[in-house]
Amino acid sequence: MSDRQEPLLRVEDLSVHFPVQGGVFSRSRKLLRAVNNVSLSLSKGECLSVVGESGCGKSTLALSIVGLQAPTSGTIYFDGKPITGAEQPSRMERARMAQIVFQDPYASLNPRQTVFTSLAAPLRLHGIGASEVEGRVEEIMRLVGLKPDQARRFPHEFSGGQRQRIGIARALVLNPKVVVLDEPVSALDVSIRAQIINLLLELKERLELSYIMISHDLSVVEHMSDRVAVMYFGQIVETGPWNSIFDNPTHPYTRRLIGAIPDPFAELAGTSLVDEAGTPPPAGYDFYPKEFGKHDVYSLPPPSQLVAIEGDHRVRLVPA
Amino acid sequence: MSGTDALLEVKDLRIDIVSGSNRHNAVENVSFTIGRGETFGLVGESGCGKSITALAMIGLLRRPLAISGGSIRFKGQDLLELSAREMRRLRGNRIAMIFQEPMTALNPLSPVGRQIAEMFVLHQGATWQEAEKKAIEALASVQVPAPDQRVKNYPHQMSGGMRQRVMIAIALACDPDLLIADEPTTALDVTVQAEILKLMQELCDARGTAVLMISHDLGVIAKMCRRVGVMYAGHMAEERPVADVFRTPAHPYTKGLLSSLPRLGSRGSHGRKRLQEIEGVVPSIADFPAGCRFEPRCERATAVCANQKPAEIDLGNDGFVRCFHHE
Amino acid sequence: MGLRLNLVIGGVLCVLIIGAAILAPWLAHFNPIMDADLMNAELPPDGQFWFGTDSQGRDVFTRILYGAQVSLTVGIGSQLINTTIGLILGISAGYFGGWWDDLVNGLTNLMLSIPSLIFALAIMAILGPGLASLLIALGLTNWSWTCRIARSSTLSLKSQGYVQAAKTLGYGDGRIMATQILPNMIGPVLVIATLGMGDAILAEAALSYLGLGIRPPQPSWGNMLTDARELIVIAPWAAIFPGVAIFLTVLGLNLFGDGLRDWLDPHMRTRKA
Repeated sequence: MSDRQEPLLRVEDLSVHFPVQGGVFSRSRKLLRAVNNVSLSLSKGECLSVVGESGCGKSTLALSIVGLQAPTSGTIYFDGKPITGAEQPSRMERARMAQIVFQDPYASLNPRQTVFTSLAAPLRLHGIGASEVEGRVEEIMRLVGLKPDQARRFPHEFSGGQRQRIGIARALVLNPKVVVLDEPVSALDVSIRAQIINLLLELKERLELSYIMISHDLSVVEHMSDRVAVMYFGQIVETGPWNSIFDNPTHPYTRRLIGAIPDPFAELAGTSLVDEAGTPPPAGYDFYPKEFGKHDVYSLPPPSQLVAIEGDHRVRLVPA
Repeated sequence: MSGTDALLEVKDLRIDIVSGSNRHNAVENVSFTIGRGETFGLVGESGCGKSITALAMIGLLRRPLAISGGSIRFKGQDLLELSAREMRRLRGNRIAMIFQEPMTALNPLSPVGRQIAEMFVLHQGATWQEAEKKAIEALASVQVPAPDQRVKNYPHQMSGGMRQRVMIAIALACDPDLLIADEPTTALDVTVQAEILKLMQELCDARGTAVLMISHDLGVIAKMCRRVGVMYAGHMAEERPVADVFRTPAHPYTKGLLSSLPRLGSRGSHGRKRLQEIEGVVPSIADFPAGCRFEPRCERATAVCANQKPAEIDLGNDGFVRCFHHE
Repeated sequence: MGLRLNLVIGGVLCVLIIGAAILAPWLAHFNPIMDADLMNAELPPDGQFWFGTDSQGRDVFTRILYGAQVSLTVGIGSQLINTTIGLILGISAGYFGGWWDDLVNGLTNLMLSIPSLIFALAIMAILGPGLASLLIALGLTNWSWTCRIARSSTLSLKSQGYVQAAKTLGYGDGRIMATQILPNMIGPVLVIATLGMGDAILAEAALSYLGLGIRPPQPSWGNMLTDARELIVIAPWAAIFPGVAIFLTVLGLNLFGDGLRDWLDPHMRTRKA
């Protein structure tokens, strides 16, 4: 997935730091370093998954991309133009670029608005005429597998899976090019996850969307992604095409993550998802980080780099 | 499972929700057995009744839930016939439970050492001094580093994984015969989950503790359990050895579930296949179908499925299924 | 059906009382101020004086009707001002945070530490007695609880998916506060508002007694109550009827407020679906 042309979305050296409240009166110097100098890019039609455990910064990264979290430093580019910092576009302009689908279908819809209002109001806000609005709402509901005659109902009258479809419809109603999916199926019943996963993949094809998916469920990640980025305490430690990452997980953290998944079929076959020896780091370098359990969100990480080991497959290294 | 080996024998358990004049059934005709030292799993999604069943085992069901039929024989004794006081003597002592959210299951105002020590004082008549010492040993057994200092910590001073270890220490303090674990690792990161599950396996194997493992995660079940019961909408769809359930699922629900989940490694070998969906949604308690509860979503359903509840069929090899059209 | 009952009973009470206030000139048989014949002082209720007379010989029923005009205006009017101030300050403080939040919190704490009646007194002393001053004084001094509730509701609503979605969909902050946040906190706000109306009516009584509210001989339920304090033994009706009027008004407002809150809640409305 090399980019000869400018990628659709480009995150350059993004950092998001939060000042931590000190004592009663002072703001201490401590910073919560949620995201540390992260760079990544998303091409058109691609699904990039960001995986990691709690505290790794993937949610903060997702919020920054849709404009819900201002970065402390670094820039995000959409179609080559910066969308953070001094030259950032207005909220209305941004709304047509990237949208987000939230994890919890029970908290992501306004309980006092009908589905119709939740979908129509953004359209009206953006100047779509009344006659067009009805048609568009009907169209988008059909697209996500809902019956338009249910539009006048309230969120609590729908099941979790249906609410998630409404959330997806809302994200798509303004025709964005990028959709951030924040754990799109984690809060859903297991027997309906397939419906939503299939729907998301279909919509990506049909509407030529690009996804950034945040997930901790590696089997869903493997199924849906074109590329994967693994995060650890605010930094990407490994990234590459999905098959490269899953067939040849190189960074010790990625190996640890994949090795920890309880996969039923591997368990029964007695095999492990990660084979014994991993690929060693290139000469003169060491993986960063090598050990785990010693880091936290406050400490400043040492300088390190994402180095390509094979094609677009990169891992984080420090000089040995 | 032969009667002499069984530690826990549940037969035809029925639990209802009663509110005013409304009576809805939550769990019906559930039967399973757990042998001494065996790890048995209950798997299912929201609303299937697995957590309610677990609470029934330990006698913690409260209004509006009520057991309205069946028996729960623990070491030969029907727990439903015991008085509240007798049940309290068993609870924490011979039957223990750990929960999903350690932050809410632990008392936020009490140091963890004290919460562990309480078990020894309550059930073994130890003095507080002796109990505190045993609490330090208990923390060491769950691999908490620097246990003599950690005993004084409050729950909020510990990480999620550490708190779960404390819960395990409390549960295993009196060497119970049965440990009930309700989604013990769902709220934890995957690497921490792996450590906690490994710890549970080691401790329970060493002490011969039987485990009733509740989870919606098939991987956790496969890793920990020898036999598993698959529940759907309050019914037990099938109860079989784990290997059989995954390789040759008998019930259409289990089969559908396994086909619908993306399988690690399959995209590499077979390319990305469209996941097989199970139509419809999980019914809510007020809308449970009259006959087989999976019938509205089942491909193999026929008229008899809508009208009658399927009886338990013995599949041999310690396996049972409830379906008119099982494999 | 429970929720409908509140709405209906409360609504009926409110309509009756408001109706009585508006139609006072037509419903009353006497003039509330001028018809004061000392020969008729302290008479019990009878065919002519339905609620009896007070120490000045004035018809209590008539004075109740005209008093309703004052008490309702003070109660509802001052609460409207209070609620508006409290909502604007509380929602914006919770939404924007930062120095504005600190400022509003400081102001709220200040207001809560000064007994509101004393504060109102001070304002009345500057503005002089009368209905308008009462409205301003009571309206400016009782917004603290609404502000607190609005702020804490906003803090918890802010992180809900649909509020964040509104931002990504292009909504401006003002629109988000008005259309996404405010409607979802109507419940507690309505309850506080209706409770506050009762408080305001009683506060008016206290202020009128101190000579800073509605000056006699103009009737208000508050000053009727204070006048009747000396008559409790000899002419209890002069105190009972204003007291009952206040009670029924506050009850009606509270029930209506509860019923309205439930009626506006989509969960309650579509329970059968």
